[in-house]
Amino acid sequence: MSDVPVSHRQPGPVTRFALRLARLEGASAVLVPLATVILAFLMGGVVVFATQHGGIGTRVHNTLIAYNQILDGAGINWFGHFFRHPCLGFIPCHIASTNIHFPGGDIAAYNLSQTLLQTTTLVLTGLAVAFAFRCGMFNIGGQGQYLVGLIVANWIGVDLAGMSTLPHILIAISAATLAGAAWAGIAGVLKATVGAHEVISTIMLNWIAFWGASWLVGGGPLQDPTNPFDPTSSAVANSARLPAFWGTPNFQALDISVFIAIGALVTFWVLLNRTTVGYEVRAVGFNPDAAAYGGINVKKNLIRAMAISGAFAGLAGAVDMLGYLYHIGEPDIPFIQVGFLGIAVALLGRNTAVGVLFSALLFGGLLFGTTHGLAAVPHPVIELQLAPNLTWLIEGFVVLFVSAEIVILWVWNVRKKARLPGPARPASTMEVAA
Amino acid sequence: MNTWAADFYNPVGVRLRDGSITGYAGILIGAFAAFLAIPPIEARSQLWPILVGVVAALFGVWTVTRGRHRLGWGAVAAGVLGIGLGILATHSAPGNLATVFDATLIGETLASATPLLFGAIAGMFSERSGVVNIGLEGMMLMGAFWGVYGADKGGSWAVGLVVAAGVGGLLALVYAFFAIHLRANQIVGGTAVNFLALGITGYFFVQLYNNNPIPAGVSLLPNVHVSGLGRFFERSVGDLSVLTWAALVLIPVAYVVLFKTPIGLRIRACGEHPRAADTVGINVYLVRYGCVVLSGALVALGGLYLSDGPEGGGQFSFNMTNGRGFIALAAMIFGNWRPGGAAAAALLFGFSAAVAQRLQVYSLQAETLFHVLPYVLTLIAVGGVIGRTVAPAADGKPYVRQ
Repeated sequence: MSDVPVSHRQPGPVTRFALRLARLEGASAVLVPLATVILAFLMGGVVVFATQHGGIGTRVHNTLIAYNQILDGAGINWFGHFFRHPCLGFIPCHIASTNIHFPGGDIAAYNLSQTLLQTTTLVLTGLAVAFAFRCGMFNIGGQGQYLVGLIVANWIGVDLAGMSTLPHILIAISAATLAGAAWAGIAGVLKATVGAHEVISTIMLNWIAFWGASWLVGGGPLQDPTNPFDPTSSAVANSARLPAFWGTPNFQALDISVFIAIGALVTFWVLLNRTTVGYEVRAVGFNPDAAAYGGINVKKNLIRAMAISGAFAGLAGAVDMLGYLYHIGEPDIPFIQVGFLGIAVALLGRNTAVGVLFSALLFGGLLFGTTHGLAAVPHPVIELQLAPNLTWLIEGFVVLFVSAEIVILWVWNVRKKARLPGPARPASTMEVAA
Repeated sequence: MNTWAADFYNPVGVRLRDGSITGYAGILIGAFAAFLAIPPIEARSQLWPILVGVVAALFGVWTVTRGRHRLGWGAVAAGVLGIGLGILATHSAPGNLATVFDATLIGETLASATPLLFGAIAGMFSERSGVVNIGLEGMMLMGAFWGVYGADKGGSWAVGLVVAAGVGGLLALVYAFFAIHLRANQIVGGTAVNFLALGITGYFFVQLYNNNPIPAGVSLLPNVHVSGLGRFFERSVGDLSVLTWAALVLIPVAYVVLFKTPIGLRIRACGEHPRAADTVGINVYLVRYGCVVLSGALVALGGLYLSDGPEGGGQFSFNMTNGRGFIALAAMIFGNWRPGGAAAAALLFGFSAAVAQRLQVYSLQAETLFHVLPYVLTLIAVGGVIGRTVAPAADGKPYVRQ
């Protein structure tokens, strides 16, 4: 085909941008998620815009301020004064003290430490969903596996009180991780042996875990026996608590779980890309028939991938329980959403380790910035009770757009219209999992 | 012909030999084992439920040896369950039993089952046409909030009914566009619908009511009063919501539409083999759009029942559905994508919810047991222990016209 342009009309700026996107094959791994996020935030912004009062200018202004305040609440502006203050937030310094439990009463540092706590959990639950996706399965049961990890960690953390610290922590973490693996493994076994769809079985397992956990801490054997009228579990013994290093201990200081999450990210990458196990998992994920023809035991891999996936979620529950929660109340259980957020984290991060890290940071910031973080921001534009719903909305839009690979479809259509030479419609992350 | 129907058309001799009579008898005897210990019989010895349960299980084993695995294991399960429940019942005081098991339990079972019935039938229409609908939960939640909002602002429950169905259908239309036209992964898309519904209802509930509860005096769904049938019937079904009756009517209607009309044949064709359906001139996209939108509207009515029905009393709360959409999905799978089966499962799950509600006061363990029962049963059902559940062949697969 010659280089004669098909149309003499000058393409608009949006089309030109899309064309540029289409040419950057390698960069799409970054640009597509970025565009998805921007689109989702725009849609969330539309809802905020629609419910504000005043003229269009005021509404746009308020919407931008609302997002800016969420960023404030997430502690992102800590990086701003990181350079301004010599104390770097680690050493108490003489910033006006507030009721925030942080050295020097530094709100931004406190917010950032809380965002990182949420990010830690989301990295792990995101890895759980991502690992199953790489094997062609959709683990929608991160919520249940997280809960099982949470409960087992609490049980070991309370029951083995009096042990020395290191073995206690190690036993609690391994037990919770194994429990998560076993819980997800049920779905893996059902899928491998009788072909039960993992989505159905993990949804059922989620609810079994939900009611089981509610009973265990609210009237069951794990409830605090000293306070029979409060449906809350006993607190984890001091020997099982993870050491904290940033903030005031016992006030949700940032603990070493953040390094465990980084370790999990590295493990995920190495396991998938540098080991036989990972090779087999990815082969089954791409095409189970071809993998079977190549001599890979597909059934074994389905069970193994599901168990590893559940192990990540169980680990998330363990580090949360031993890191800063210490106990769990029955009324809190319905408000746990990190397992479901893991789905959005994995999908947005395109099921890669690096992608999961960045999308976990985004959703971690969103999660804390729209709840407790926003509470410390003076004069929030959107009400405190309103803000957490923005997280759900943005999460919903992200997952919806990723489900159809909206951005990829758009770029592909523009390319087709411009008759650009190039590959056919790119295989999406979803088609691997379907 | 499917085996269930064959069981009733075959001559008695055949049915005795192929094990179907013993299978059904086993299930009935298993149920009887559980009822021995509760009023009105109220046997106080554990021996009776155990004996009768064992008989049921033996019937089941014999049925299995005749090659009817699903029915046979069902009877064995019924026997074991009967023994367990019977022993549990003999352990509690007779007074408690009379409070838990009385005529009003039937009414409460139907009430708890109402949203599940709507959801299960709704999901069935969508999946029979070939579109998986994990978003039932979200669509139900939308119906719950916007329905009661419509009833509040419109001043009539009828307005709420229309608004709920409309909003549920609208969300389903968005989902259908993604699932059918954009060929999205339907499970991921459905998950997104659930998140979106949580966000939208939570946001607008706070925004529209300024973080207050919905003011009292919302026009509630009316109850249908039935009288003149005797005390037992009046206490059990004499005072049920209009939507509960609608849900019960919906079951045979859905059966007739799906299996006895040309439209139903088209729907099922799209779900089993869309290419073949397309070849004979059926507009696969149109049928699927119609079914998904219908599914959204129906399940939203189940949501409206939660907020504007006798239990909700015109109130809404964040994440009000609390997994009922998923139980409805489970009921549909448990019922093997058939109206009768789905309805039976929804009623069973409704019964377990109603019992769990009553047991709260007496035994936390038993309450939890009845709460998880639907999920455990569904897990066992998809696990193939009681025979295989079979989804429509093209369920969840986007169709591309050629």
